[in-house]
Amino acid sequence: MSQVALEKLAARFEAAVLETHGFRGDETAVVEARALREICLWLRDEPSLAFDMLCDATAVDYLTYPGRGEKPRFEVVYHLYSTQHRLRLRLKVLVPEELPEVDSLHELWPIANWLEREIWDMYGIRFRGHPELRRILLYEEFVGHPLRKDYPKEKRQPLVRRPEPEIAEVLARRGRARPILDLANPGSPPKR
Amino acid sequence: MEIKPPQDGELPIEPSQLNMGPSHPAMHGNIHMKLTLDGERVRDAEVNIGYLHRGFEKECEAHCWQQIFPYTDRLNYVSPMLNNVGWALAVEKLLGVTAPPRAQYLRVVLGEIARICDHLTYLAAQVMEMGAFTPYFYCMKARDWLWDGLEATTGARLTHAYVRIGGMAWDLPPGFKEKTLELLPRVLGVVDEIDALMTRNRIFLDRMEGIAVISGAEAVGYGWTGPCLRGSGVAYDVRKAAPYLVYDKLDFEIPIGKNGDNLDRYLVRLEEIRQSARIIEQALAQLPEGPILIDDTRVVLPAKAATYNTIEEMINHFKLVIDGIRPPKGEVYSYTEAGNGELGFYIVSDGTGRPVKVRCRPPCFMGMAALGKLIKGTLIADIIPTFDTINMIGGECDR
Repeated sequence: MSQVALEKLAARFEAAVLETHGFRGDETAVVEARALREICLWLRDEPSLAFDMLCDATAVDYLTYPGRGEKPRFEVVYHLYSTQHRLRLRLKVLVPEELPEVDSLHELWPIANWLEREIWDMYGIRFRGHPELRRILLYEEFVGHPLRKDYPKEKRQPLVRRPEPEIAEVLARRGRARPILDLANPGSPPKR
Repeated sequence: MEIKPPQDGELPIEPSQLNMGPSHPAMHGNIHMKLTLDGERVRDAEVNIGYLHRGFEKECEAHCWQQIFPYTDRLNYVSPMLNNVGWALAVEKLLGVTAPPRAQYLRVVLGEIARICDHLTYLAAQVMEMGAFTPYFYCMKARDWLWDGLEATTGARLTHAYVRIGGMAWDLPPGFKEKTLELLPRVLGVVDEIDALMTRNRIFLDRMEGIAVISGAEAVGYGWTGPCLRGSGVAYDVRKAAPYLVYDKLDFEIPIGKNGDNLDRYLVRLEEIRQSARIIEQALAQLPEGPILIDDTRVVLPAKAATYNTIEEMINHFKLVIDGIRPPKGEVYSYTEAGNGELGFYIVSDGTGRPVKVRCRPPCFMGMAALGKLIKGTLIADIIPTFDTINMIGGECDR
């Protein structure tokens, strides 16, 4: 069914469609990042397709993916849906690590605003033209982008708790001295 | 909205800032709203989410495919069974396997029970936060009856982790069918009571009708799905638009609203409970006998007798537990109709036992994205019923 959309897209934007494939009934087109906005506008407004819903947008970090070769590290993945024709299409753009930037689609589908904020939050990919690209699920002071493959799952964040010596000092001033725990080496004997 | 210059004898008005939440009795699930007010009217609203973020997607990347079920229970925690089903279908799509017919029916029956529980929880919160505490207890009572059945089946009232890749963990307990069929009319009786108490209540109607209107086209632009989108008159339901499991063999209707206001979103959910009950009755009547797990030891653990008596099956068991199921390389997007709308899983596999990427498309995230726009121009008091109709579930929205 969605094959139709893929064929039309490939015919209309021959130069910008880098690759297409279908797997388990999901049709995917990898497109030039430069042409993304133009392609999405056409997909939304072409009456025979009418992809009026940006169902989902996310990114994938292929840093550790085997056999990836020279392909860029990130992919931003869009899932489109047409409520009228019940078509689905997956669009992907390749995003290099050196310049992780893609055009924002918030003017085409308002939901892109929040979805792009989440991608920025989790992967550190910026969206050109986004009205307020700030973190959405994590807090402002969070350091790093946790869904990147080189972000360790157990990494601690500065705002998680106040440093041990500081807590000890606050308590000592109130006459309640307590041992300082060495958080970097759990299990080590506390300093007095 | 313009602020009127003060008339003779009036004091000048300045917009004021008000922070609502994240810890506020009506902002359940922890939501922060930064409101700019003109008197009691909302001029501007900034909605901030994320206070319940637990790193679901990161955690998934460190676990085997089959170990993710308990995490999905904690996404939309008022209908965990539907998340279980959604995840199982996603991995099954990637593997290219289908659960046996009995397992598919069980998924529908238990999933629809979960949907009723989801909508009952919504109704409870909706009416309670508007001051009607009695119907809250009615809803909780009915939900508890249904949870008894889920507990008897899965062993847990909330965190079921009962669905497996390729089927179900075990079969229904004895007497489940009879008990459920006896229970459904009682649950529907409670729904009728709520309907009579609330839908004819002057205060309730005044606070719901015509408040926070969103058109179908706008709702689609915001990626809305589920009861909220159907409240705006768009008849999109995954169970009808792209039938999965055995939904194409069952007769049910998709209630839709006309105006896209709070009242429509409430009425749609009320009617959906009745439709879910119809589905359960039909599915239980059609429930076939047979296995509940596929016979494929690449996916399903071998029988215990074989594991303990043959070396091949022992190795197989060990490999499945330690290395996990190994789907082929590739990517799929699988979507089901959860309590709040389209619950999608986009998964990427590199052929190993652990996913490269698990993306959960949370339906109420889209609702929250539009909330700021919805409440602009309404009164402070309208924020609470409007927020309730979105039915934001923190576990799902923030993951």
